[in-house]
Amino acid sequence: MDRRTLLGGAMAVAALGMTSASRADEPPIRIGMSMPQTGGLAAGGKASLLGIEIWRDDVNARGGLLGRKVELVVYDDKSSASETPAIYAKLLDVDKVDLLFAPYATVPTAPIMPLVKQRGMLLMGNFSFQVNSKIHHDMWFNNAPWGPADAWARGFLGLGQKAGGKTVAMLSADQEFAQNLITTARDVAKKMDLSVVFDQTYPPSTAEFSSIIRALNAAKPDIVYVASYPPDSAAILRAVNEIGVGDNVKIFGGAMVGLQFAGVMENLGSLLNGVVNYNSWLPEPSMYFDGTKAFFETYSKRAVEAKVDPLGYYLPPYGFAMGQLIEQAVTATKSLDQKTLAKYLREHVHKTIVGSIEFAEDGEWKETATLEAQFRGVKDKNLDQFRSSGKQVILFPERLKTGELITPFEAARN
Amino acid sequence: MFSWDLLRDAVVLGMLLGCFYAAVSVGLSISFGLLDVPQVAHPAFLVLASYGVYLLNDLYDLDPLIAGFLLTPVFFLLGLVTYRLYYETFERRGSEAGVRGIAFFFGVAFIIEVLIILWFGVDQRSVTAHYIGKAWRFGGLRIPLRQLVAFGVAIALTGLLSIYLSQTFMGRAIRAVVQDEEGLRLMGANPVKIKQFAFGIATAVLGIAGALLIIVAPVEPTLDRVYIGRTFCVVVMAGLGSITGTLVAAIILGVAETIVLTLFGASWAPAVSFAMLLGILAVRPQGLLGR
Repeated sequence: MDRRTLLGGAMAVAALGMTSASRADEPPIRIGMSMPQTGGLAAGGKASLLGIEIWRDDVNARGGLLGRKVELVVYDDKSSASETPAIYAKLLDVDKVDLLFAPYATVPTAPIMPLVKQRGMLLMGNFSFQVNSKIHHDMWFNNAPWGPADAWARGFLGLGQKAGGKTVAMLSADQEFAQNLITTARDVAKKMDLSVVFDQTYPPSTAEFSSIIRALNAAKPDIVYVASYPPDSAAILRAVNEIGVGDNVKIFGGAMVGLQFAGVMENLGSLLNGVVNYNSWLPEPSMYFDGTKAFFETYSKRAVEAKVDPLGYYLPPYGFAMGQLIEQAVTATKSLDQKTLAKYLREHVHKTIVGSIEFAEDGEWKETATLEAQFRGVKDKNLDQFRSSGKQVILFPERLKTGELITPFEAARN
Repeated sequence: MFSWDLLRDAVVLGMLLGCFYAAVSVGLSISFGLLDVPQVAHPAFLVLASYGVYLLNDLYDLDPLIAGFLLTPVFFLLGLVTYRLYYETFERRGSEAGVRGIAFFFGVAFIIEVLIILWFGVDQRSVTAHYIGKAWRFGGLRIPLRQLVAFGVAIALTGLLSIYLSQTFMGRAIRAVVQDEEGLRLMGANPVKIKQFAFGIATAVLGIAGALLIIVAPVEPTLDRVYIGRTFCVVVMAGLGSITGTLVAAIILGVAETIVLTLFGASWAPAVSFAMLLGILAVRPQGLLGR
């Protein structure tokens, strides 16, 4: 190597170093959000945040976005809808964040929608259901596999009808997420010519479900669709095990939040058998995409020290995918302009660790990937069993299916 | 939809539920009903006891009820310390300061909630026992065994407390301090120590009540918020300080809630409970068995 080449190389290295130094001096890209870290939604909120943090660390290790580090600005919204508008106003006016992620769940997200629309901000949704149906914000992208509003109920009720069900019982929690779901389910049942023989909404303070399950049993439904929240889901399943729902029930479950979390699954153990419930990711062969395996390897290590859901199937991979979506949009457009990013997100198909995502006009996924899966062969007090395939067999949607429904419900429980 | 079978089941399940409500409220009947201490942290202590039971069940495979009994001395000491702190910072400074003590107990409740989150995380916890998840059949009626256990323990607990407060020397001293604190002081007794002891008993009872709470359903750190209204409702409806009244009021509340849940719809249940409270207080301002 002659002296001139060596000098040229040294200059190039110096120039590159200067470029890097100047980039490192630039302020980080700040992504603001609230997240439930206390209160009823905290279990999900903390796990979801860990998924986002894993993406942040991953992208920063690769040099950041547009050469700038990514920083998360996170506040605890205490799972409360009354906290989030003030938090998001602070994120925009005081913290002056560049991008916004929504908090986990429908209830804390719903009240920030008008503010975000008014300020012309892009908002990445985090597992809320139909919060944009009346606001019509054109920069809302829900990072959740629900798809069209009726897909969820259509998947579950369709399985019940295919098994010979003609009558439906509906039991739902009196809060926004469950009510959005049950309202859609009523419409879908009507369209499918299913007769609703029991329809009750219980208040969030309900401590004991034996009497409700007794009344449900008396209605003799073929299909039981339950839209419940975490503390209630476990109590409902216990009551079902003790009181029984009747031999004619062909399928039970549908929209029980909580049965996706490791702690609840481990506690309920064999009581889960036979239940068909929604989920967003499961360790079934059809669910592995580019990067999925690597994500769960990192997650399972970090979940222990963060004291969050050790399995992390429900929310964490979507937290990571939310970061991937923003990363792809920022990298492709080389911009942080909200409208530019929104246009990119709307017009492209995005490859993530939870599969390919394409958004519809309303900001929801074009095609549903909400899984309806049946618990099978679950034993008591064994968390590791849920890491292997076959414990939650996917019945819906067709393209991700890994098995057939075992029916009636009583037969599937044994 | 009405049927006599449904009504029968609702009444039976309601009585069982009511006895469980009595068990979780009876400590408050002493601390708030008898001692006039605004113990709004009562449900938080209850949840804390449940987590203690969970720990003993998980680590040593102890039956939840035995674990609850083992926790009672710990909670007795916790009660003594809490009351002394409350007395020194609020009650000693006069009745107005005592009322401001509500803020103290709210603070205690929040601290307990945060400590539980720090130690156990935010996930639900439950216990295992051979009577959880099973039911007894009586003809067409199926009764959850865990509810029967809660029923038996609640009856025993309220019975023992009632006998203790009416038949023993210390129990009578507790009632005396409520009726005439100054008179007791003139007789050479220390009313503060008696009240502290009574508060200790009220908190100790939560060891067993906490066991019943986690036997009946899984617990999570913020569960105290669900029980705060219900426990105060039972104690006020019973008549302040009446242990037997607590059992009666809790059973009435449980049966009413269950009948409404079964026959009229779950949405109405909380409204009916508090409507009953208002109705009873309108007719008997001193509560069902209050004097």
